[in-house]
Amino acid sequence: MLALIPLIPFGGFLVNAFLGKRLPKSVSGGLATLLMVISFIIAVTQVSALMGMTPENRQINQTLFTWITAGDFTLDVAFRLDALSAVMILVITGIGSLIHLYSTSYMHEETDAEFARFFSYLNLFCFFMLMLVLGSNVLVMFVGWEGVGLCSYLLIGYYYEKKSASDAANKAFIVNRVGDFAFILGALLLVVTFHSLDFTTIALAVKEMPKEVTFGTLSLITLLMFIGATGKSAQIPLYVWLPDAMEGPTPVSALIHAATMVTAGVYMIGRNAMLFEHAPITLTIVAIIGASTALFAGTIGLVQNDIKRVLAYSTVSQLGYMFLAMGMGAFGAGIFHLYTHAFFKACLFLGSGAVIHSLHGEQDIRKMGGLKKHIPVTYWTFLIASVAIAGVPGLAGFFSKDEILFETFAHGHQILWGMGILTSLLTATYMFRLVHLTFHGEERFHEVVAAHGHAAHDAPAHAAPDSHAAPDSHAAPDSHAAPDSHAAPRHSTHSTHLHDAPWPMATALIVLALGSILAGYVGIPHALGGHNALGAWLEPAFNATNCGQPMTTGDLAGIAIENCAPGEGGEPAENAGLELTLMVVSSLVALAGIGLATFLWLKNKQIPERMAQQYSGIHQLLLNKYYVDEVYDATIVQPIKVVSTEGLWRGFDVKLVDGAVNGAGYFVSGVSVVLRLLQNGSVKTYAASMFAGAVAVLAYYMWR
Amino acid sequence: MPIGYYLVLSGLLFSIGAAGVFLRKNLITLLLSVEIMLNAVNLTFVAFGRQLGTNDGQIITFFVMTVAAAEAAVGLALVIGLFRHRESLNPEAFTTLKW
Repeated sequence: MLALIPLIPFGGFLVNAFLGKRLPKSVSGGLATLLMVISFIIAVTQVSALMGMTPENRQINQTLFTWITAGDFTLDVAFRLDALSAVMILVITGIGSLIHLYSTSYMHEETDAEFARFFSYLNLFCFFMLMLVLGSNVLVMFVGWEGVGLCSYLLIGYYYEKKSASDAANKAFIVNRVGDFAFILGALLLVVTFHSLDFTTIALAVKEMPKEVTFGTLSLITLLMFIGATGKSAQIPLYVWLPDAMEGPTPVSALIHAATMVTAGVYMIGRNAMLFEHAPITLTIVAIIGASTALFAGTIGLVQNDIKRVLAYSTVSQLGYMFLAMGMGAFGAGIFHLYTHAFFKACLFLGSGAVIHSLHGEQDIRKMGGLKKHIPVTYWTFLIASVAIAGVPGLAGFFSKDEILFETFAHGHQILWGMGILTSLLTATYMFRLVHLTFHGEERFHEVVAAHGHAAHDAPAHAAPDSHAAPDSHAAPDSHAAPDSHAAPRHSTHSTHLHDAPWPMATALIVLALGSILAGYVGIPHALGGHNALGAWLEPAFNATNCGQPMTTGDLAGIAIENCAPGEGGEPAENAGLELTLMVVSSLVALAGIGLATFLWLKNKQIPERMAQQYSGIHQLLLNKYYVDEVYDATIVQPIKVVSTEGLWRGFDVKLVDGAVNGAGYFVSGVSVVLRLLQNGSVKTYAASMFAGAVAVLAYYMWR
Repeated sequence: MPIGYYLVLSGLLFSIGAAGVFLRKNLITLLLSVEIMLNAVNLTFVAFGRQLGTNDGQIITFFVMTVAAAEAAVGLALVIGLFRHRESLNPEAFTTLKW
């Protein structure tokens, strides 16, 4: 049953990949979406079965077959559902279904074959992602890990005829290779150290070991695995691919580059929580990298002008938060933020997709503005998600972000907490800069719309909302142009007003917006009178107490207390006061950020412009993303290129390899110039040499 | 008569034949020289046959003579064919069969 969750999307991939060309769009898109929904339903049944179990053996295992047997080392292709992977599969299949639904409308302008290709990739991605989170050992996880990387590559390069898109795809793939290489090394070191790759086995073995105070094997393993995570989850120094990955279609950005794949690194650390907990040095590095990335990406996000790029840097920044939490050993908080982030960030990306779609492919927020009254559904959902990510009390982002900041502060890392709170301010500011520039203020989009109005048929990113909007569509009040004859009236309406999201897109947006409001309520902290249900639910997964072995409750309690992070088990009364204070601080910071953005980009638009001119150095630095791409190009890409062309190509390959091959040829032909003098065609010479040979042989035998 | 005489004569004949093959520039003379070499060998066979008191040497000689006859027939036919091509009997005129 468990294996069906990934295998059903895989079936969708097979159908769309091999038959997609012959299927109409409604069938290929509908099938892909339906299969994801089925997968979601199965996931829900499995998770509810999991909920029915007692916490200490809350685990569902399914072994498909034995993959590798070598000596005493065996490795199964096995799936395991526990508290942690339960959260992940719900996010993947649930948000995945919504994004599939959204895509059926968003990609509607594509031809049948391209449409099916898109959905086959999307389904394949879900298959690998589910494999990643359900795998019960490192290698199965790694198969998923590489698989999602492949799908990410395919989907970023979906518009492969566009040079920038295929470049971005290559960049994503190659940058990830660096991380994946480290991940493989980490996995190999795990095999050497523990003779096993099964997560539970490793966790139980590690549990017996003391914490590593100096840099040792565990630190090295975890550090290597974390480098893998920096690649997949876009952290410093390997984050550079994610902003470029926005070349892919917007639903892809929402699914892969916001909600699921990029969180794989966070999940991986959560999965190996016991391992990381025993390597405090690595955890400190994780926390520092996380906090730095959060702040660094936040500052870049402040000045970008491409709606999707702002969101991309925001994603990098939020992932930094998650790693900060992981580095604090507050794994529950990190996964909590992962889970809430999936809702509001997917909603933001899908909302940006709806904006881009209504503006026929325009992504520059300087050419938007005042869209609020034209596309109300998109506006309201986008606003809700922005409020959620900003950390305004009551919405999803508030609970998870505050838990992270509280854990950071409670662990005594005031500097990291300061970076976190500063990032929180930046988050609120750049999100509301985005909201104001896109939806409020004066309308700057008329040129764009007019330019596209008559070329609508050629615009690739523009779906045809009228052609499939149901007559009773509640979601698209503006799109009431005649549903039957969509070609002619569409041209005339374009120049006058914009279309809001058609119903499949609107449905996804509304559900995700509701999620952005409600998702946080599974983890209400103790300080606010809640029970932090999610944290409690996840706790056994991190402490490896649910190893499927019979345990007495006494043992369990002992372990739980022993391994409990401070703040969760320890004095709740004293911490509650601190937590409440911190909450008030971060709420004020969030509101201040929103206020600042409103002041600067809605009320006094000349101030940011003047600031940009006055501090043009800093502005240019941020606008050019700290020139990191240029630095990487100069220090890594160019040297590799030079070594490859001059050293490996012109030196090794041309001179040595080709030299050896051609040399063998020249040698043979050179020798044969001499040798062929013997074959002169004269019968008498042949006879003479034969005679001489016979004489020589005889002479040899006679005088031997 | 000791066998040494026969062998010396045979050796002389063979050398004459070989020298003829290598030195003469006429295809027909070449064939004749080959015949002389064959006959030198025949002489050796017969001499040894007699020395050892068996008939084997004589039997092999008959084989050699038949083969030599066939060889002469084929060889002469080839010589005629070659002559029709090149109007020459010099073996050095026929050196096109090479690289």
